[in-house]
Amino acid sequence: MNRSIGALLSRTRKLLLGVGENDGFIFKLVVYSLLIGIGFIYLYPLLFMFVNSFMSLDDLVNSMVKWIPSELYIDNYKKALNVLKFQETLLQTIMVAGVPAVVQMVMSSIIGYGFARFDFPLKRMWFALMLATFIIPPQVTMIPTYLLFKDYNLLGTLQTYIYPALFGQGLKGALFIMIFYQFFKKLPIVLEEAAQIDGAGYVKMFYRIAVPTAGPAFIIVFLFSFVWYWNESGLAALYFGNQLTILPLELQRFTDSYARLYPAGTPGSQLNEAIKMAGTMLTIAPLLIVYFVLQRWFVEGVDRSGITGE
Amino acid sequence: MASFRLTNKRRKALVGMAFIAPWIIGFFLFALRPMIYALYLSFQKVKVTPLGIKTDYVGWDNYKYAFDTDPHFVEMLLRYLRDMAMNVPIIVTFSLIIAMLINQKIQFRGTFRTIFFLPVIITSGPVINELLSQGVTTIPNIESYAMFELVKESLTPAVADPIMYLFKQIIMVLWFSGVQILIFLAGLQKVDSSLYEAARIDGASPWEAFWKLTLPMLMPLVVVNFVYTIVYVSTFALNEIIVMISKSMFDTLTGFGYATAIAWIYFVMIAIVLAIWTAVLNSRNS
Repeated sequence: MNRSIGALLSRTRKLLLGVGENDGFIFKLVVYSLLIGIGFIYLYPLLFMFVNSFMSLDDLVNSMVKWIPSELYIDNYKKALNVLKFQETLLQTIMVAGVPAVVQMVMSSIIGYGFARFDFPLKRMWFALMLATFIIPPQVTMIPTYLLFKDYNLLGTLQTYIYPALFGQGLKGALFIMIFYQFFKKLPIVLEEAAQIDGAGYVKMFYRIAVPTAGPAFIIVFLFSFVWYWNESGLAALYFGNQLTILPLELQRFTDSYARLYPAGTPGSQLNEAIKMAGTMLTIAPLLIVYFVLQRWFVEGVDRSGITGE
Repeated sequence: MASFRLTNKRRKALVGMAFIAPWIIGFFLFALRPMIYALYLSFQKVKVTPLGIKTDYVGWDNYKYAFDTDPHFVEMLLRYLRDMAMNVPIIVTFSLIIAMLINQKIQFRGTFRTIFFLPVIITSGPVINELLSQGVTTIPNIESYAMFELVKESLTPAVADPIMYLFKQIIMVLWFSGVQILIFLAGLQKVDSSLYEAARIDGASPWEAFWKLTLPMLMPLVVVNFVYTIVYVSTFALNEIIVMISKSMFDTLTGFGYATAIAWIYFVMIAIVLAIWTAVLNSRNS
């Protein structure tokens, strides 16, 4: 009798607290409620926008309708697509964000590898200067940099993004170099020595040994770079002028473009919040898709590095 | 033999230089000149005219003005230092916890990871302005909740104020942690799971495993995240000093020169904060 109670107790304890691992019921409860709670805070504004972007004018002014629109009103999206010139702008945005992001990812990995695995004169000074370029408030150098690009005759072209990225000076470039620096620094020196005995040169060592072990670093650097170039409406407006445009820039001009497309007086011409929110959703939706696809590689990357016998 | 080793070392140094050469070239091509120009402007009275930029040398006047005459600047700097001391460790700790949680084998992991990526997209883009104008990211009128009144009344202001301040900051802290969570998440992918099994067999609790295994492995990324957090919070477009710099740029009274001067003072402050935190982390490390 006593024994069965004891067994029951220990079973309950196992169920609630787990067996010294992270699998107890209470532990899981805490984890999920934390994740859901915080996740909700992140999701809330988006959810709010998403729901509102489907509301007709009647729903918007109706105080009874808060979370569930009375009908799926897709007119907002139709209008937003028109105002943003979506297809055309989307292609440009992918190019404006994608090309520099790839260039920046590749170059940061090379520079980060150089800082992490080699000793050379003045290394500390270069590293400190790199940090300095990172912490200087960007507002200060913005206009001098604009003048610089004017001198180089690069304004109005994508080169204003690509060339700095090619030389490790892209948007928040120092951060990316630092991420690669820390990833490559942890690489065991034994691996390199073994490769050297096998007669591999430094370049081969870099792309055969170092690069495959830093998969997650490549993913996040590309992601961040892509998102930040995507969202950088200030620099885009300054550097590209009227030559190129990106979705966030079109979003800023939303009210004006809208007035031009749907002149006041015509039926249904009033711009409301719902249409703007549909525009905002369209601007960030591609980023979410890119992330959702890439995050799977986080896990797969680990499995692969396990096979190569790291 | 000795000379061979020397040349080998030299060769390695040269290869290393070759790897970072793009950065050095880029630094001279794209970064140095704007920096020097901005430094030069900070000693000038700048007038932007239709014909171009007109400058008058004024010596240290802009810097003196910031400390002696400007009614807000010094106060802002002090507030900034306090924010840095409190927010930075909170943000980094929080993002480490979240990264470890979403690295586990949980249900809907992809969905959770996507949700925790949202702050990166939202805070860097057009969405944040929209949100801030609607007040979604702050708790409205936090003082009106009974719990916070209790805190206020039962403790002396010296203790209660930081606590209140903390609560007010929490939501903003959440929004500032997106990038750090992902950096930690990427780092956690590199931690070998067989090490945990070995530790468990040796009788280490998860708590011990965290301190002895996870944290030391992630330490380099903790440093990255500290640096990033400091820089990000400091240069965020809605930071009050940054707002002030942007405003003074086109203010005819103070002008662009003054804006660059306070930006350089601010730059030095950020560098000091960075140096202090790095020193703290290093002393902890060793």
